[in-house]
Formats: sequence, structure tokens, C-alpha cells
Amino acid sequence: MSSAPKELPHWVDVVLVPAASVATAFVAAGLVVLAIGENPLEALQILLRGALGSGEGVGFTLYYATNFIFTGLAVAVAFHAGLFNIGGEGQAYLGGLGAALIALAFDSSLPAIILLPLAVIASAAFGALWAFVPAWLQAKRDSHIVITTIMFNFLAATLMVYLLAGPLKPLGSMAPDTRGFTAAAQLPTIKGVLVLFGATIPSSPLNLTFFLALLAAAFVWLLIWRSRLGYEIRAFGHNPAAAAYAGISATRITIITLLISGALAGLMASNEILGVHHRLSLGFVSGYGFVGIAVALMGRSHPVGVVLASLLFGVLYQGGAELAFEKPAITRDMIVVIQGLVILFAGALERQFRAPLTALFGRRPSRAETQAATS
Amino acid sequence: MTLQDIVLVLASALRLSTPLLLACLAGLYSERAGIFNIGLEGKMLAAAFAAAVVATTTSSVLLGLIAGIITAVFFSLVHGFASITQRGNQIVSGVAINTLVIGLTAVLGNAWFREGGRTPPLPASVRFQPIELPFARAIREVPVLGPVYSDLLSGHYLFVYLAIAAVPFTAFVLGQTRFGLRLRAVGENPAAVDTAGVSVERMRDLALVCCGVLCGLAGTYMSTAQSASFVTEMTAGKGFIALAALIFAKWRPWGAMGACLLFGVLDAIAIRLEGATLPIVGQVPVQAIQALPYLLTVILLAGFIGRAIPPKAGGVPYVKERR
Repeated sequence: MSSAPKELPHWVDVVLVPAASVATAFVAAGLVVLAIGENPLEALQILLRGALGSGEGVGFTLYYATNFIFTGLAVAVAFHAGLFNIGGEGQAYLGGLGAALIALAFDSSLPAIILLPLAVIASAAFGALWAFVPAWLQAKRDSHIVITTIMFNFLAATLMVYLLAGPLKPLGSMAPDTRGFTAAAQLPTIKGVLVLFGATIPSSPLNLTFFLALLAAAFVWLLIWRSRLGYEIRAFGHNPAAAAYAGISATRITIITLLISGALAGLMASNEILGVHHRLSLGFVSGYGFVGIAVALMGRSHPVGVVLASLLFGVLYQGGAELAFEKPAITRDMIVVIQGLVILFAGALERQFRAPLTALFGRRPSRAETQAATS
Repeated sequence: MTLQDIVLVLASALRLSTPLLLACLAGLYSERAGIFNIGLEGKMLAAAFAAAVVATTTSSVLLGLIAGIITAVFFSLVHGFASITQRGNQIVSGVAINTLVIGLTAVLGNAWFREGGRTPPLPASVRFQPIELPFARAIREVPVLGPVYSDLLSGHYLFVYLAIAAVPFTAFVLGQTRFGLRLRAVGENPAAVDTAGVSVERMRDLALVCCGVLCGLAGTYMSTAQSASFVTEMTAGKGFIALAALIFAKWRPWGAMGACLLFGVLDAIAIRLEGATLPIVGQVPVQAIQALPYLLTVILLAGFIGRAIPPKAGGVPYVKERR
């Protein structure tokens, strides 16, 4: 009889495997930097200084991270149910529409204290709505969620082009934007809030949505690991057949999970639309939805992991901007390269890192444990 | 609308549907062998970039074509390594390739040519030239047949004819050859193929090579024939429309041609109607036409017009002896 397969200690699984894959992604990215004739270590230094070297940089880093926490959580929640929601981009786009419609309709009639929560809720609701059709099709008609959400990303993009080139554009304006919101529909920046308490920090787009993102992460943790629904989601994700025997409705779990996922992606728009731009403009999501995939894979679908991965990508986005400024050869597209490498190494090639680490750290369960398990 | 208008729209549709058809057939080889392929977009983009870069640096469009094909095959095999050899998630791997290629082409293009990711325009001598079919000039004046032959069928790039020829070729290879039978079997019931002594992994890798070659042709067409340089993200979602067409075609070669031509016609009409006003309808919302391929695919997937059933073993890595 062959001995039981080696088991990976938990800490290796949650810390070392992702760390090794992300490190590999960065080494590969370093090789790209080397290939275009720049010094990767110098680039790293500029990047870190740009992202963390000043109060302003930190503010921008956290502002970017806010977006990624939302889109990362959106992907992560769906992953727990074994569903791949690739439509965060479109759901966030529609979330922006929801927030903007509320803001445009009521920003001269409602006070901020009522209007802002309404607009934030609308962003989540519209995101969920955009996920609903793919969710329903997956649950009821067995249409592959990946394909339908990709199609819905494109549908969202064409819908927004139509709306922003026509109905939502102020008369006489050339830019594909709505009109700017009044102050009632602008989420306070962290700087603005701290001023009330007499503290001053450098200005940055960082706003209250950051705390909302952290709350969302806590909510996802409670949902997935401390609620009955979360248990059902995980059971369904691990083994749909067993879940069905346990009386868990596949239709219900699929639809609810994807609605939550879509709502989280939609909330991302609150940060951009209500917190920073104060208007709805074409292409404001600009790939943040797709970053969520890398973030969720890197964070292993755990809220803490997602927040950490979001911070890392926040550093990359802010530092990358600084880097592109100082070294024009290294454009911000470098971030997209790193993003792709992270998805490749932390997602698709994860096994490759697991095998050698198992050889190194793995231990076989002792005979007593095996017997206890089988008896 | 005169005959001339219709001929022009259809000829433009033929040109627009060529990259779709090549990519769609690429996806067909891959998915019929049981490998989901979201990465068509990335492979086309990589090929477009490599072809333009090599053509512009060597002044040889043929070398460009070879570079385009090799690059697409390389990324196809990366997908294979991740999803066949390492048994990783095929969708994640596809997303990774798409993302990676968008970034890499932009970074490298900008670093090498300093034109914001665009490659230098290719002179006519290093571009593919339209091919005039025999007698096209002679019979142009013949009513109906003349314009149809001379303006619709003649005067396209090599790739247009290649794409059309690839359809019966693919139908033959998949339907009539041992290779095709095994390829389809690997996508439906890999265990049976394994029992017959054929390596499932090798068959799937071969399918991905076919996929890479076709993506290479599609990308090369876009940057060295259809236009004269590479522009960042120039595939603009065509890889995904091809994926939609593949579903529309229910994973069949002739269906692929029909679906791609349909999407090409929609695209050509949308371009033609840009800014035009029609009687009754008024200003045409071009976006509505552009959205049609996506919308139709969703409706089809929902099973409201026929049922699109994917290959049975699609998306599942094959593990020997697993029950």
C-alpha cells in the first residue's frame, strides 16, 4: 500500500505559495524591464518611493487600493461558489450609471446625508442588476457564466457609449461626460474629514469609500465563514452534487452569490464617481474590474488576502505613475504586464509552486492520525 | 440602395469578418479538443505586434508573417503548459494571456519605437497587397456579375481567401481524418482516447498549435494587411466576438463561417450608418448594431434559439485513471 499523500502545512499554503508565485511574477516583470534597457532595481526604488515615500503618494495608493478591494472581493465571493465572474468591469460601469442617475436627479433637492447613501446603494444595486441576467442564465439555462459576463462587459461598454454620447450629455458639450454633480453628491475626502478634527494631511483623491471598502471586506468574511449562506456558498463551490443532496438549491446560491458579487463590483464606482470625478465619464472603470481577478487570485479569495493584494496593486498603480514620469520608457502598461504575470503564476500555474513546496515542507500524516481518520 | 452599395458593404464585411473567421476557427480547434480558449484575443494581439515589428525591422512582410505565427503558437503553448501539463484553470490561463499581451505589446512597442506603442507605418512594399482575381478587370463592365466578381470577390488580401479556404479544410480535417476524429474525441471523451493508446495531452497540444497558427494569421492580417502598423489594443475585442461566433456556430466550421460573415455584415453596416439618418428611424444608434453580436450570443446561450452545446470534456484537465 502506498503511503498517504504529503500534506502541505496550512501556513505554507496560505503564505508561501502565493508569495512564491507573486515573487516569480515580479522577477519576470524585472526581466521585461531589463529587456527594454532599464535597471529593474532602480525602477523598483522609484516605484516604492512614488507610492509610499510621501503622504500624497500614500493617499493615492490607498485610493487605488479602494477600487481593487471592491473588484477583488467581487471576484473572490464568486470564486467561493465555484463561479468565475469575469464581468466586474461591466458591473462597475453600470454601478457608475446607478450612482450618477441618483446624483443627477437629486443633487439639487436632497441633502448630502440622504443623497450620498442613496447613490452608494444605487451603485451596488445597478452592479447587481447587471450581474443578474448572467446569473439567472447560469442558474436556470446553464449558460456559461464566463461567456455571458464577457458579453455583458461589451454590452455595458456600448450602452455607456450610447448614453454618454446622447441622452446623458449636457447640451452643447463635446466631451462624453455627464454634467458635474453639485457638492451634495460629492463624498467627503479623508482630508476634508480630518480638517474638521483639526488635522491636516496632503491632498489626494482618498475618500470615505476607503472605509466602506474595509467594511465590505469584513462583511465578506462574516458572510463566507460565519453565516449559513456562506456555508452553503462554500459547500456548493466545493461539491455542487453533495450540496444538492444536502438540500442546498443550486439556483438560489448561484443567483444570490452573483448578485452579491455584482453589487461589490458596482460599489467600486462610488469611489470613482461620487468620491473623485463627481461626474460620469466614458471608460472610467479603465480596467479596475479586471485587476480584481489578479487581486482575488493573489489574495486566495480571502478578504484579508484581497485587502493585502489590493494594497500591493495600489502601490503598483501609484508608483507606476511616478515611474512612468521619471522613466518614460517604462510606461504604466508595465502594471498590466505584472497583472498578467500574477494571474498566470498565482492562478493558472499555482500547482507548479505547490509541488516543490510540498516536497520541501510537506509531511505525511502519522499512522495514528491516518487510523484515527479512517476508523 | 443600389447594387453598388450592397457590393461595397458586402466586400467590406468580407474584409472585416476575416480576422473573426480565422480566430473563430482557431478557437474551434482548441475547444473541440476540450480546451476552453478565452485567450484568442491575446494571441491575435501578440501576433499582430510581432508581425508588425519584424516586418518593419527586416523590411520583409514574409518574415513578419512567420514571426506572427510563431508568437501566437508560443502563447498558445503557454496556455497548453498551464492548462494541460499543469492542469491549471483554462479560463484563468486565458485571462492571464490576454492581460499579459496587452501590457507587453504596449511596453515593448513604446520602448522600441517611442511612438506611444504604435509601430512605424509599413511602406507598401512591406505590406500584403490585395490580390486581383483573373479577368477581374475584363468583366467589370458586365452587369451584375461584373461588380460582384470584380468588386466583391476580387481584390482582397491573401488572408481573406485563406480564411475562406480554411473552412472546408477544417471541416475535412475534423470530419474525415484520423487526426480530426481523435481531436474531437479528446474533447468529448478523453478517457476513451487514452484507452486507445493515444496521448490525450499530445492531442490537445497539437490542437493548440493549430489554434496558434490561425491566431497568428489573424493577427498578422490586422497589422500588415488591413492596416499598416500595430496600434495598442488594435484587436479591440475581436477575439471575444470570435468566441461568440464559435458558440453561435455551435462549434462547427461551416457555422463558424456563417456566424463570422453575419457579424462582419453587422460591423460593415454599423460603419456605413455612422452618422447617417434613415427614413422613419431617424438618427441610427450605431451602438445598437454594434451590440447585436453580444446580444445575439447571450440569447443563443440562453437556449432561446436552438441550443449551443459545448464539447463535453471542455474545460476539464485530463487526469489518467480518475474515476
